[in-house]
Amino acid sequence: MSRLQDTIAGARAEGRSALVAYLPVGYPDVDRSIAAMVAAVEGGADVVEVGVPYSDPGMDGPVIQQAVDPAVRAGVGMRDVLRAVQAVAAAGAVPVVMSYWNPVERYGVDRFAADLAAAGGAGAITPDLIPDEAGPWLAASEAAHLDRVFLVAPSSTDARLAATAAACRGFVYAASTMGVTGTRATVGDAAEKLVARTRAVTDLPVCVGLGVSNGDQAAEVASFADGVIVGSAYVRELLEGRGADGVRRLSEDLAAGVRRPVTVP
Amino acid sequence: MTTSAVHPPGERLEPAHPSWPDATGHFGVFGGRFVPEALIAALDELTEAYRAMRVDPAFIEEFAALQRDYTGRPSPITEVPGFAEHAGGARIWLKREDLNHTGSHKINNVLGQALLTRRIGKRRVIAETGAGQHGVATATAAALMGLSCTIYMGEEDTRRQALNVARMRLLGAEVVPVTTGSRTLKDAINEAFRDWVTNVETTNYVFGTVAGPHPFPEMVRDFQRVIGDEARAQVLERVGRLPDAVLACVGGGSNAIGIFTAFVPDDGVRLVGLEAGGDGVGSGRHAATITGGTPGVLHGARSYLLQDENGQTVESHSISAGLDYPGVGPEHSHLHDIGRAEYRPVTDAEAMEAFALLCRTEGIIPAIESAHALAGAITLGKELGPDALLLVNLSGRGDKDVETASRWFGLGDREHVEPGAGMDTDQQPIEGAVTSGDAVAGQDAGESA
Repeated sequence: MSRLQDTIAGARAEGRSALVAYLPVGYPDVDRSIAAMVAAVEGGADVVEVGVPYSDPGMDGPVIQQAVDPAVRAGVGMRDVLRAVQAVAAAGAVPVVMSYWNPVERYGVDRFAADLAAAGGAGAITPDLIPDEAGPWLAASEAAHLDRVFLVAPSSTDARLAATAAACRGFVYAASTMGVTGTRATVGDAAEKLVARTRAVTDLPVCVGLGVSNGDQAAEVASFADGVIVGSAYVRELLEGRGADGVRRLSEDLAAGVRRPVTVP
Repeated sequence: MTTSAVHPPGERLEPAHPSWPDATGHFGVFGGRFVPEALIAALDELTEAYRAMRVDPAFIEEFAALQRDYTGRPSPITEVPGFAEHAGGARIWLKREDLNHTGSHKINNVLGQALLTRRIGKRRVIAETGAGQHGVATATAAALMGLSCTIYMGEEDTRRQALNVARMRLLGAEVVPVTTGSRTLKDAINEAFRDWVTNVETTNYVFGTVAGPHPFPEMVRDFQRVIGDEARAQVLERVGRLPDAVLACVGGGSNAIGIFTAFVPDDGVRLVGLEAGGDGVGSGRHAATITGGTPGVLHGARSYLLQDENGQTVESHSISAGLDYPGVGPEHSHLHDIGRAEYRPVTDAEAMEAFALLCRTEGIIPAIESAHALAGAITLGKELGPDALLLVNLSGRGDKDVETASRWFGLGDREHVEPGAGMDTDQQPIEGAVTSGDAVAGQDAGESA
């Protein structure tokens, strides 16, 4: 069984894509970051990526860096992350941890898997861990019945797409543009091409991240992807002081977007 | 002498020890690739192009010509008897990478990577730099080969190393001060990776040390191993035997791997890496990654690193910007774990005493990075006694460090500077430094970690 796959399939059964919200634990502090995650769920997020703050987030752009940096300095750790996971589950959405690899390795891979499962987490997304290096995580996630999501990119070869998708459980994360996280004016056609190439090698749902910031873009991505992942736009709500209310409103806009997929000419 | 007689160009890039890394870049349990999938294609492209290039006679010839005519290789070895008097009377020879064009060993690597950039058809290079030496070397190679060049440098380091910022700009490079995180080398690397993942179709990342994801640790080692290949032959020719120990400073570890590699198969030769002990490893303010760190993942590879209980990278501290890095190359971690090399911390104070000593006894101003290796030689020379033969990699010259040294020794703010002011010419501080509690505490911390 896979909770992420079931959730996304449930959205598909309603004729829409799933909305996946990313927020980092610990900004502006742990309690308010958890309140923001709950607000994202109340506004319509199906899945929440619970972000583990990391000192060297090489794949993140300035918006997420700006939020994560104070969380790192405040000493936010895996215990806080697990508390956020519990809160998201209690709010009725599916929590999935998003973490660079070193914090997981430092916590202990097996211990992380066991504690994450116990907290009600569905699994983890690991942006700097490729399946080639993931032996201990493949085993631990298997033992704890957790989903594991790896990324594919426009530069991935067909062989790598197939191998990466085969290692995934839950969904495949299509990093739609070559670059770091952040909002973009247009989503571009690279995402659609990548989703099509990924679908050719797997039956798993394919969710698209990197660049989506509003309901219209969400609708555009929903026309070809099973899930729409939004991160920086949520974080910006917090950075610009609109708090949980801003997060809830953004979720409502995005949730409406994934329900009116448009056909891109 | 010419080293080409001893080491034909065709052999120069072949690994001395074929058992590592494996095909996917692992040195024992270390190394590998911990990067976003978006970079894998570029890393695969680099790996394949590099493997083809290093056995291509045209490349081998062009690289050898550049090293000879542009860098000024082979660099000489110099015996330093005046300095050695303060090191238990051991015989000490320096490998003079400070005499290379651009002033350090960094040029060895960038010329190789610039040729590789041209070979894969890219027109833009990016690089990170700490002290500025790798940035200057990359800007130099880019100017020579007509490549566009962007250098990422922590804002803190752009202040500490303003002279090198000016040099890079004179050479036509764009220097981008990095204002994220600790604003030092670690953050410059993060920013360079972000640039690379965004512009990978047009841009090659010229990585400066033997760290990072595969193939960088292997490739940079191969480009730097000329140091040890030359030095081994030179010592054999001049002294008639192999050294008892080879010493080098270790930040990321490229000059150390460069001089170690040729000696790895020589079981009787101790390989000693000197890490930046800062205020002392026990103080927590240091950059002694192997001595005071634990295994983890940083900047694309598994290796020792300085991290807290949450897996966050801890900021490092060193008077030497070039060693001020909380990670270390995976091959060093492997050499440490299998017991082939040993790693010792050297405090800021010990390094600066050695710096002053070399200036005054030999007329050579070393880079502060290299002064850590010199301090290690003082300690080891005393341990081994007068029969010992030590080879020290003098990885760079100290022009860039004159301001730092002036501040350290209090030379800059005086109208009249007494000869040797701040440098105790009877060397008492050096005697004291090498037996200081800091160093002992540091070693204890390392063993318990």
